[in-house]
This record gives sequence, C-alpha cells and structure tokens, in this order.
Amino acid sequence: MKLSALQQSYLGRRSNSFRSSGPLDSSSDGAFKSPAAVFWLVLHGLSCLISLLLGFRFSRLVFLLLSTSSTYTSPFHSPTELAKTLDIRSVIPADPVGNVPLPFPNKTATNSRVVVGRHGIRIRPWPHPNPVEVMKAHRIIERVQTEQRLQFGVKDPRKIIVVTPTYVRTFQSLHLTGVMHSLMLVPYDLVWIVVEAGGVSNETASLIAKSGLRIIHVGFSQRMPNSWDERHKLETKMRLRGLRIVREKILDGIVIFADDSNMHSMELFDEIQNAKWFGAVSVGILANSANIDETVVEKRGEEENPRMPVQGPACNVSNMLAGWHTFNTLPFAGKSAVYIDDRATVLPRKLEWSGFVLNSRLLWKDGDKPEWMKDIDTLDGDIESPLDLVKDPSVVEPLGSCGRRVLLWWLRVEARADSKFPPRWIIDPPLEVTVPSKRTPWPDTPPELPSHKKPVIGIQEPIIKHTTKTRTSRSKRRSKRKHDETRTDRRTTGFDKTLQN
Amino acid sequence: MPVSSSPPPILDSSLCRLLFLGSRDSSTMRKCLWLWGLLFIALGFAWSITAERNPRTERISGSAGDVLEDDPVGRLKVYVYELPSKYNKKILQKDPRCLSHMFAAEIFMHRFLLSSPVRTLNPEEADWFYTPIYATCDLTPTGLPLPFKSPRMVRSAIQLISSSWPYWNRTEGADHFFVVPHDFGACFHYQEEKAIERGILPILRRATLVQTFGQRNHVCLNEGSITIPPYAPPQKMQARQIPPDTPRSIFVYFRGLFYDVNNDPEGGYYARGARAAVWENFKSNPLFDISTEHPTTYYEDMQRAIFCLCPLGWAPWSPRLVEAVVFGCIPVIIADDIVLPFADAIPWEEIGVFVAEEDVPKLDKILTSIPPHVILRKQRLLANPSMKRAMLFPQPTLPGDAFHQILNGLARKLPHPKSVYLKPGEKILNWTAGPITDLKPW
Repeated sequence: MKLSALQQSYLGRRSNSFRSSGPLDSSSDGAFKSPAAVFWLVLHGLSCLISLLLGFRFSRLVFLLLSTSSTYTSPFHSPTELAKTLDIRSVIPADPVGNVPLPFPNKTATNSRVVVGRHGIRIRPWPHPNPVEVMKAHRIIERVQTEQRLQFGVKDPRKIIVVTPTYVRTFQSLHLTGVMHSLMLVPYDLVWIVVEAGGVSNETASLIAKSGLRIIHVGFSQRMPNSWDERHKLETKMRLRGLRIVREKILDGIVIFADDSNMHSMELFDEIQNAKWFGAVSVGILANSANIDETVVEKRGEEENPRMPVQGPACNVSNMLAGWHTFNTLPFAGKSAVYIDDRATVLPRKLEWSGFVLNSRLLWKDGDKPEWMKDIDTLDGDIESPLDLVKDPSVVEPLGSCGRRVLLWWLRVEARADSKFPPRWIIDPPLEVTVPSKRTPWPDTPPELPSHKKPVIGIQEPIIKHTTKTRTSRSKRRSKRKHDETRTDRRTTGFDKTLQN
Repeated sequence: MPVSSSPPPILDSSLCRLLFLGSRDSSTMRKCLWLWGLLFIALGFAWSITAERNPRTERISGSAGDVLEDDPVGRLKVYVYELPSKYNKKILQKDPRCLSHMFAAEIFMHRFLLSSPVRTLNPEEADWFYTPIYATCDLTPTGLPLPFKSPRMVRSAIQLISSSWPYWNRTEGADHFFVVPHDFGACFHYQEEKAIERGILPILRRATLVQTFGQRNHVCLNEGSITIPPYAPPQKMQARQIPPDTPRSIFVYFRGLFYDVNNDPEGGYYARGARAAVWENFKSNPLFDISTEHPTTYYEDMQRAIFCLCPLGWAPWSPRLVEAVVFGCIPVIIADDIVLPFADAIPWEEIGVFVAEEDVPKLDKILTSIPPHVILRKQRLLANPSMKRAMLFPQPTLPGDAFHQILNGLARKLPHPKSVYLKPGEKILNWTAGPITDLKPW
C-alpha cells in the first residue's frame, strides 16, 4: 500500500539523517567529549568485542543486571530478548551536541507517561493459538454473520417445504446425498417431504437420517416402473401425494420440488422467498447429448439463435411473463432413452416440476387463496405439467430476474436396471452372489469341508468380488453366471479332486 | 384541537360519548379532550422515535449530544488572510503530489474555507482567523514531507500578517488557527525525540492548532487543539465497496510493517515494540490475518473483517483508523494515551476497542471476551453514515464531513475569553525563542 511504502522510504530518509548527524556531531564535538562519554565509548567497544566472542549481545545482559527502571516486567520468551530500557549504542547518536549522556536517556523530560526510547517486545510464554479462544472467536464470527444475514438478507424468511420423490436404486445414494447436503446448507427453516416409491425402506431412511433435518418420510405403494414415461407419471403422482401431506399437516411456507437427481444452487433458496403465490424459475437442462445429430443442430444454428438448454419463464421487455422457454427435443427425436437403463439421452418433460414453487397456502383446504388455484383433491389423473394446477397460467410469477438467472440444473443419470449395490453401501460378507475374478492375485487356499464352501470363498476374496460384480453386470448374460460358478468350483477344488460339482 | 367550552354537535354521537367517558359535562369533556390530545402527542413521539431507530444503524450520541450533525454555519465567522501565493499556490504548483498524500488536509481546508458560508470578508466581525500556509508540502522524491523549512515558513508568514493586519497583535494569535497535519503537529519534526526537544513552535503557542497528532501529556499537543483524521482519498474508498451482505469472515485484519528494518531492525523503537509484539504473539494464529504484504484487495478485505488493528507506528495516529471506520471494521487501537480525532464529538470508547500496549500478548483473549451484543452494537454505530462522513474530506464538501467537524470544534471554543485580548503594548510570546536555524528568514 502506498502508505507503507511511504513510511518505509520516509524512514529510510530519516535513517540517513540519523546516521549523518551522528559522526558529524561527534567529530565536531571531539574537543568537548566529557570523560563519561569516553567511558561509555570504551565500554561499548569492549562489549562489542565480547559479543563477537560469545555470539550474543553482551551489552544487553549487562544492562539487565544493572537496570533498575521500570515498566517492562512482563514474562519474556528467551533471555536474548529480555527487555532493556536503552542500549548503549543508541545513546551516542541520540546525543548530537555532546551533552553529558545520562545513564538512562529516557527523555522523560516530556512529562508524558509514555516513554520514548527502546522498549521490549512482549511475548507471552506460549505464543500459539489457544483453542478456547479460537472457538469463542468462531462463535462471534457466526453471530456477526447471522446478524448480517438478518439485516441484508431476506426479511421475514418463510419456511421451505421440499418435496422429493425417490426410490431405492444404485444411484439413489449419489443423488439423494447431493440434495441432502444442499438442503443442509439452506439458512432457513426447512421441512423435507420424501415420498418413496415401493414403500418406506430402511435404505432411504438411514440415508436421510444423517441430515439432521426435519423429515416426513412416506411410502407410495407402487413400485417405480422401468420406462422413463411411466417414471415421470409416477413421480407426478408422488409429488401430489407430497402436496396432500402439506395440506393435511397445514404446513406454512414455500413448496419447492427438489428431484433427487437435480443440483440446486444456494441462491435458489434465497430467490424463492420472493414468490408470493406461484413462482417459476429457469432450470438448466443437462441432457447427456451423446447422440444428437450434429448436422441438424448446426444448420439450424446459423439461422436462429442458439438453443439454450434452459426451461423456464420468458419475459418481454417490461419484465412481464410472456411465455415459456422449453427444451427443444427435436434433435433427439427418436434417439432418446425409453428405459431407465438406456444409454441414450434422457429427455425432460415439456416443463419440469422442479422449476416451479408454490405458496403452501394454495394447497390448504380453507383460507384465502386466489381463485385460479385448482383444488388438488379434484385432480387425480394425469397432470402433464405443473401449470395444470392453475386455471390461468399467466398468474405465474417469474423469479430469478425474470428467468434470466438459472438457479438449478436438471439431470437424469441412472444405472442399469439389474445393477446391484451393497445395502447402505457397506460391504458385509457373505454376499449373495459370489463370483471370483479369473485371475486372483492370491493363491487358492486349501479347501475346507464342503459345508463351508461358500463362506470360505466369501472371506477369501472380498475385494475382488466387488469388481467381478460389475464385470458380470456389464456382461449381461445370465447364463454365464452359471458357467462361472462351475468354473469356481472347479478351481477351488483344484487341489482336492474329490469334490466335483 | 377544539378547546371551546360549548361542545360541537358531533359530540352527540355515541362514539364521542364513549370517548369522553360517558360524560356530558363540558369541563370534564375538556379534561378528556386534553387527555386524548396528550395521548396522541405521546404516541406520535414514540412512533417518531422508533421510526428513526433504523435497526441497522444507531445514532451516535457523543459526550456533547448529537454534535456530529451540527451545522457550523451561523455559529462562527472565519476570516481568511490573503497571503502571497509563495506560501500556498506556488508550493502546490511545484509539487501536485501534495493533494493526495496523508497531509493533504491543509490544502483542502483552505479551498473549503474560501468558498464556505462561514467565511467573512470583513475581519472586524470574524471570530477566527485562518492563515493558509502549506507547510507540509516540501516532498522528497519518494513523496515524504520534510519539515525542516516549515518553522521558517510559518514565522515569515506570521511576521507578514502581524505587520499587515492588526489582528495578530491584538491577541498574539489566540483567535487564529493553523492546520498543521504533520507527524508531530507544530513541533515540525518526524522524529519523536527531536520533536519533543523542539516543542511547539513558540509563536504558535497561543494559537489553536488543527493537527492529526494527538497524545495526552505530550509537548506537541496543546490544550485546546483540534485533532483531525489524516487525509484518505474518499473516491478511492467509495469505489471499492463490496455488497454489504458479504459475510465478515476475517476475525482480525492488519497489513503493515511490524519491524522497520531500515531504522530499527531489532524492534523496540518502532511502535514502542507493540507491532513487533503483535507479530511475535500472533503470527501463527489463524484468526489473525496479519502480514506485511501489499494486497490489491486491501479495502475489500477490510470490509470482510470484524476487527482491524490500528497500532501506533512512529507516531500514534494512522490512516487505518479512517479506513476502518469507513469500511465498518471495528478499530482496535493500540496506542497508549492517544487522542483520537474529534474526541469531543465522537465517543470512541463505544465504537472502538482500546488495548494497552502492555496487553498486546493477551490481545486474542481481550477480543474474544467482548460479548457479541457489544460487538454488534459497535458495528451498528459504525454503520451510521454520519460517522463515516465525519472521517472524510470529500470534494465537493458534504454536510457533516471532517471540514464541518473542524468548524464545529472551533465554534465550540467560542466565545473567546476576555483574557485572550491583550492590553496594548503587552507581549507574551517570545519571538526569538527556538533554535537559531528557525530564525533565518524564508
């Protein structure tokens, strides 16, 4: 900073004058040197020599022994840094006109309580952070930040009610953990309604219990089907079930649909506080575009504006809702995924539920709500898009600076239908399917009695089993498993020819 | 409010009967009217008080009341001497860097007074007299002011005004004020020992000095001097503001030297060892973001810090105080016996934290033992815009800025006691006192 550069060179200049005044004055006043000054000079020279021999500042030690003054008696770090009032060396230059040097030229003639001159550097015995103080400081920082949020953040924040449909599958852990962590970071009150297809399961329950949030976990009797179309329909039904819970429990707040494979930004939760009744935000659509027809896209791209992978409200110049951006699915026509484990692109619906938020009062049976809201009990059938909840789509409020900010992203990635994963992702032998790999790095152990055949295999190669599972799941042929089993048996019975399958 | 004895016809309605407590008697009705009137006035007061109480800021009620917002216009009159331009304009022309360094207050004060409503062109009615000398504008190539010529410049200016106008001799300068923003004020030296030896320039001993230096029981601080903040460029600070909802995540912040390696390599002289103590005790403490680095985000970092250290250097004052106040960071002042700017108008005890130099090793304990509600209150006081404005010298001037605070300070010293007016022929000041080098003409 300019200041310290200023200071530094300032003092550089100062030191020049310092040094220049010293020898000049002492030479000019040579004739007037008092014996005391000569004595001090000799003593200074002596202590310099001694210090050279000893390796530390001898003069300081002398002064420690001799000094009587004062104010610097706090505990010090090491003897070499003991405080002194003044060093001999500083006496002479500070003394330009050959006055009798005082033994302690403190210059307290200023009648100030504060002393000019050399002071000690006070260091406490253990100059390292004290954990108690660090914790207290962190608490202070938290309190200050809470206060800042209160003052500059949203006024009167409402509770957020999150509705998430889910079901147990390999990727559930991945997706749900992401959503869970995002929700744990939200600085407002939260209620998480988890609707699970196939009934409440321990798997999901144990996963979401780690969050520490207030959770309402309900089961939905149908199991999740294997095609994307059916899955979307079931998810809609599950969301309506969640909305019905909001109605039953008369929860007050803002309802947001957080699909378990979406990614939410923190600004989303701040922005939806601005919704009065029914709001819409822009959703970024991350469709895994592995197979789209590049030529088609390029041709179109030259004429029109490049298509944004965004779904959300579109505004006109006066920031009023004018229409909707939807994701263009034409390039993917015919090449999209039909089944959940297809490797093709998964397409979103025309308007995803996750881009809409509603005031929970719209769902209550009684109470003052606008008349454009349909009663959710009356709709039970196919709701294509969340706009079917309202009679008049123009009442929707666009959020996120009128849809210009994308606050969350939609993505669908799922594993194969028959992929297996260890329950709660804890590998606990014995496992149901045990198939060792073709080349084991460890030698085969001698076989035990036939009754213990299976567990032996399990303990022997627990880690390899993991990889073989994926290999078999990728290989897709169920018949091969039997083959492998026979191979297993044959190998483990390599030493003992008595066992045959 | 109707005070007539005969009740108007509307009082016949049932509501009014209720209001007047069912009485139809005119005298009790009047009493009831008064009661209701008082109640409304009381409610109005309460509403206005709470409405002003913005939860984000708090009003600073200084020791003398809400003096930060006083308007000096009409309370004093200042006459500006017309000195030849060799004392001011020519010096500035020689070196325009004087407009942006820490001591630029003297130049801006002159410009402010020239166009201020408190200026009067009639010296007979003036309460205060201002002498525009730019004594701090003799800069080295690196931009540091040399004070060696200043005493002679001031002497020659005062000789001029005492010979051309009668007002100096009338009071020997007791109703004159001078702006001396240099390190040790009117002692005109940057080194403390030498400054103390020189003392305040003898001819300025009766005048009011407006200076940045302030330390109690120090030779270079006269009784009745006005302490001002050092000049900090307001536009530069305004331009680097970050959104106020950025969370404050740094606990303690400081950037600057701990050891002055050029002049005091072992430490002990510089800052009376206090800065070195801060470094040695807290260099490994993650709560303390302290270093000698020169970050480009210095201003932004201050806005993300809760406490900003303002330790003394070679002199007790520092522009860090101004920066801390402007950026809402609580100043931690480590300078024994310091007199802070506008101390009679700003309650520094309530805004900042004072730590004695001997308590520096316990700084972390001191800061964490401040209760959170006190910290929040300090932040609210700092957030008050009048507080920030009082520390700055904006161009063009704004109400409540440092210029106005200086004038308020001068106005508070009025009226001059009769003793300042000397009898004709009486002389108090010794014009030949001081080192011989000062007596040479300039």
